Amino acid sequence: MSEEKSAIIRKKDLSLLERMYIPEIVKGMKLTISQMFTPTFTTQYPDERFQPPASFRGRPVLVEENGVERCVACGLCSRVCPALAIEVQAGETDLGKERYPEKFEINMIRCIFCGFCEEVCPEEAIIMSQEYELAFTKPQDALFGKDKLLVPIEKVQTRLDFLRTNR
Amino acid sequence: MPTVKITIDGTQIEADSKRTIIEAAREHGIKIPHFCWHPKLSVSGNCRMCLVEIEKMPKLAIACSTQVADGMVVHTKNDRVVHARNAVMEFLLINHPLDCPICDEAGECKLQDYTYKYSTGYSRFDEDKVHKPKRIQIGPHVMFDAERCILCSRCVRFCDEIAGVHQLQFIQRGDHTELTTFPGEKLDNPYSMNVVDICPVGALTNADFRFKARVWEMSFTDTICQGCARGCNIELGVRNNEILRLTPRRNDDVNSSWMCDHGRLDTFKFVNAENRIKAPMVRKDGMLVEVGWDEAISRVASELKSFKKSEVAALGSPFATNEDNYVFQRFVKEVLGTKNVDFARHIVEGSEDTILLRSDKTPNSAGAAEVGIVPGDGGMSFDAIIEGIRDGKIKALYALEDDLAAIPGLAEVLPKLEFFVVHATNENSTTRYADVVFAAAAYAEKNGTMVNFQHRVQRIRPAVTTLELDRAMDGFEMSRWDKFASHNDKWGKGPRRDARSSWKIVAGVAAAMGTKFKFNTADEVFNEIVQRVESFKGLSYLKVGKKGTPLKTKTTVNVHA
Repeated sequence: MSEEKSAIIRKKDLSLLERMYIPEIVKGMKLTISQMFTPTFTTQYPDERFQPPASFRGRPVLVEENGVERCVACGLCSRVCPALAIEVQAGETDLGKERYPEKFEINMIRCIFCGFCEEVCPEEAIIMSQEYELAFTKPQDALFGKDKLLVPIEKVQTRLDFLRTNR
Repeated sequence: MPTVKITIDGTQIEADSKRTIIEAAREHGIKIPHFCWHPKLSVSGNCRMCLVEIEKMPKLAIACSTQVADGMVVHTKNDRVVHARNAVMEFLLINHPLDCPICDEAGECKLQDYTYKYSTGYSRFDEDKVHKPKRIQIGPHVMFDAERCILCSRCVRFCDEIAGVHQLQFIQRGDHTELTTFPGEKLDNPYSMNVVDICPVGALTNADFRFKARVWEMSFTDTICQGCARGCNIELGVRNNEILRLTPRRNDDVNSSWMCDHGRLDTFKFVNAENRIKAPMVRKDGMLVEVGWDEAISRVASELKSFKKSEVAALGSPFATNEDNYVFQRFVKEVLGTKNVDFARHIVEGSEDTILLRSDKTPNSAGAAEVGIVPGDGGMSFDAIIEGIRDGKIKALYALEDDLAAIPGLAEVLPKLEFFVVHATNENSTTRYADVVFAAAAYAEKNGTMVNFQHRVQRIRPAVTTLELDRAMDGFEMSRWDKFASHNDKWGKGPRRDARSSWKIVAGVAAAMGTKFKFNTADEVFNEIVQRVESFKGLSYLKVGKKGTPLKTKTTVNVHA
């Protein structure tokens, strides 16, 4: 160890001014003090919340229109999901769409927020919301069923509008 | 058989002169797209999808009804043909609804596949599509959607030519043409569900399987139908360790491309039924209690030892595999030392027809007899055993999986037994009288062979896992979900039961009684059958293969075919 330390080469030809370090200290302090007067951009989470833009991919949700999910349980989201997070079981309904998801479950531990499910959906029924607060204490809590996934269409309108223009 | 030489897409092939172009091409691995043509049905030629160019013919011709001729030069992929195909696809898709997300056929739909392969990929049609009735129960087991129908007439021809009942026909003209049943009739023939398989689109779908699963979520295992002695070749569609549907597999020697509705609907639901025997059970204080395998086996071993050889009888099973029955008859002859061994026949006279159905309602009665479930010299036959129980001569009975008490007259006889041990997959009228019930693996949970009424050996393969089997380790067919599920995914698993193949249970009892059979797997048992039973000589699981093979000699067994 001692050998290594002694091996550090120090520049020998420093001038007096350089050896005093005062100009360097002044330079540093100037930057520090100038930063004190610029506006801050830190968000005081959780007192303040970040409002993501429409292009943000938060947790996937199911769009509920007129009290019914748009989803017809075609299973494409489940098939395309690279993390195998989605499980769909179809059932028959008397509505014109014939088919509805009897069970729709997303394992949020598996979900990687890639948005493939949204992209593949033929009904625009599953979309990425702006919700990002997803923390669980138990793995079972991360299984989101229809109760948690269904969101009225008004709440996700910004994302739907974004998809109209950007897809 | 005169052969002709024709050239398809530059390759010269030799074909029987009676063949059509589509058949000749198919025999040589060249696929010509088609909707209405089916190898087992008459040629209709209405879909126009198989248009090909034949040199020196002015117009394109349909490959399905043009007979081959010497020196014929056929093009199936040139610009003219591709252009014509695109046009045909465009016409078919004009009135076809965009139902794929809700359609059960999606994933195995000819129209969907061909749209990807042979269509331009966009629609020029701005007008409204023609609307027709949807969601019609056209028969007890078949749902019909008129909009999806592309009017290929396969189902009409199936009913006329194969099922032999004229139940379906087209009405109206032009784009209003619609499939319907004759007035007052339903599509209710015993083979009605085959129209679901041959329908190239989702117009006719399986009412029982409706919306249960998407096709790509299931694994498919080649096995044999258990409905009767025909032994139709089938595929089991399994998802989450649950059988969801059966579909026929083509085997021209056994079932052509078809299977009956009874086999398709009634022979798989018991595997995942609520009343499955989940673990071995022993009667304690009048109640059947679930116990461990060791306890149940040692109980049976000690009880069976306490009877005289002449007081014990054994019944094999025409529902069990050859392997099960073979080990069982060895156990009976070598360990129990009794000659009273036979099996119950389940013949329903008059239930057969000229298509597939047999009067023998069991899949393996020929095999059971073949491997030695026959009374020994001076031993009792089935009727004699039942009489013996009634008279009190037979005091203990060991039976493989078979609902004996459901046979008329036996429910009164079985309670007279002092000791009754039975293998069972489900709780049934027989398990109520049993002292020990062994949890037997169902046909979809084990390897084995069965012999049909033609004396043809065919393989069954496991598709559903029990506790002792593992989908990945034991060579099961795997769906994508099966492959990638981890231990903390609740899906991809489904319920598993502590059931074992009957031969394994019998070998366990034999070991507890002092005789060790050295079998580890079903094919080891089969290899011994091959060595000891003359008619199986030279066979192996590999040789039996996916389509089975006829037995070498027909032994003189009274098979009620």
